[in-house]
Amino acid sequence: MTTKRIIPCLDIRDSKVVKGTNFEGIREVCDPVELAAMYSDAGADELVFYDITASFEGRKLFTDILKQVASRIFVPLTVGGGINTVEDFDRVLNAGADKVSVNSGALRDPELIGLAAKKYGDQCVVLSMDVRRDPDGRFAVYSKGGRERTFREAVEWAREGQERGAGEIVVNSIDTDGVKGGFDLEMLRAISDAVTIPVIASGGAGCIEHFTTLFKTLPRVDAGLAASIFHFGEVSIQDLKKQLRASGIEMRL
Amino acid sequence: MIAIINYGVGNLFSLKSSLACLGLDATVTADPLVIEAADRIILPGVGAFADAKAKLEATGLIPLLKAEAESGKPLLGICLGMQMLFDRSLEYGIHEGLGLIHGTVAPITADLETPLKVPHMGWNALHFTRPDPLFRYIKEGDHVYYVHSYYAKDCAADTIATSEYGVTVTGAVGKGKIYGTQFHPEKSGKVGLAILSAFAEL
Repeated sequence: MTTKRIIPCLDIRDSKVVKGTNFEGIREVCDPVELAAMYSDAGADELVFYDITASFEGRKLFTDILKQVASRIFVPLTVGGGINTVEDFDRVLNAGADKVSVNSGALRDPELIGLAAKKYGDQCVVLSMDVRRDPDGRFAVYSKGGRERTFREAVEWAREGQERGAGEIVVNSIDTDGVKGGFDLEMLRAISDAVTIPVIASGGAGCIEHFTTLFKTLPRVDAGLAASIFHFGEVSIQDLKKQLRASGIEMRL
Repeated sequence: MIAIINYGVGNLFSLKSSLACLGLDATVTADPLVIEAADRIILPGVGAFADAKAKLEATGLIPLLKAEAESGKPLLGICLGMQMLFDRSLEYGIHEGLGLIHGTVAPITADLETPLKVPHMGWNALHFTRPDPLFRYIKEGDHVYYVHSYYAKDCAADTIATSEYGVTVTGAVGKGKIYGTQFHPEKSGKVGLAILSAFAEL
């Protein structure tokens, strides 16, 4: 059986890793290539790179950084941010990405999911969604890095994404992102129960116990993604994976 | 020198980088003269079978690849590159492969005993079905990285390693010096690099 995955996420802006709280108050952390190499050596099962400003300002990904990372790091790399066309898939795949994450681009043009899946296979297409609760509890999907509310509801969008050919779904809860109070279990349960493709939980990890709770409570969730707790050294990937395995959760050590 | 076959399918960058990291000389090429001069060949692949097969056919390299493999030059197919070594694939229709290894590439979903998520994506433990020099630097139970929705079956005679995912997935095949890995050695961390090292010494 496949192991559960621990995935550090590196949000990139102007060639630096950044991490904010609730998508605002962005601050710089450090060099992405060094950080990625460190995570890989520590046992990260996969790395995710997002160009967090690309969809808002129409910027293209920093392909040179991606190439540097891919030439040194031999675990799977997922790249997102500014992916709007099949040509964008070509660009990042040629720079060493293994999977490509679509978010705003798929909300604008849902057919992009199917076109890319047809060309590269379902497993290459990751549907990433930023989700925030409406006051009435409805899970609303946001585009443009969490800036713009769409008409879409998260569970329906996840189902549609799967039907169109997405191979994996990243669910980022804007409500819990950067707060370090734990993953959004309610939202993740609703979405992971609705699809058969792998679901990656994102937003809210603050300590090792949050990952244990995630995988114990929601066995259908395949991976936990986090950024700041790893970037600032609050949780080491090695300790995290050892403790998860000691709790009976299958891990690659 | 290792020739990495370039037929317009992604993921070559990582593969070339991982070989470079091991200090191995590798060239991404579609040039028949370079392939003939190479000590060994890697056939990579990602994506859908029919599209990749059409692209490989368009290079005109298939007869050369078959001749080189049959002459004993070490060949390693990776992921879809491994699947193309087989007789046929059932991905979106029935498509003929290179026929270097007997068996069929079929959807995982149809053979699962219990419903599991497909693609089979992530790290899974590798179980050796027989000793092989390709595994000289790794051990039973080491984890490798898989991403696939189709798997090779009816190929027990040439299977050298498997992983369990609701069905016994063919992880690696070997027939003489023709090898294939369903997993991605260039994405499997140190374990994957050790497999590529061993291939370079065959």
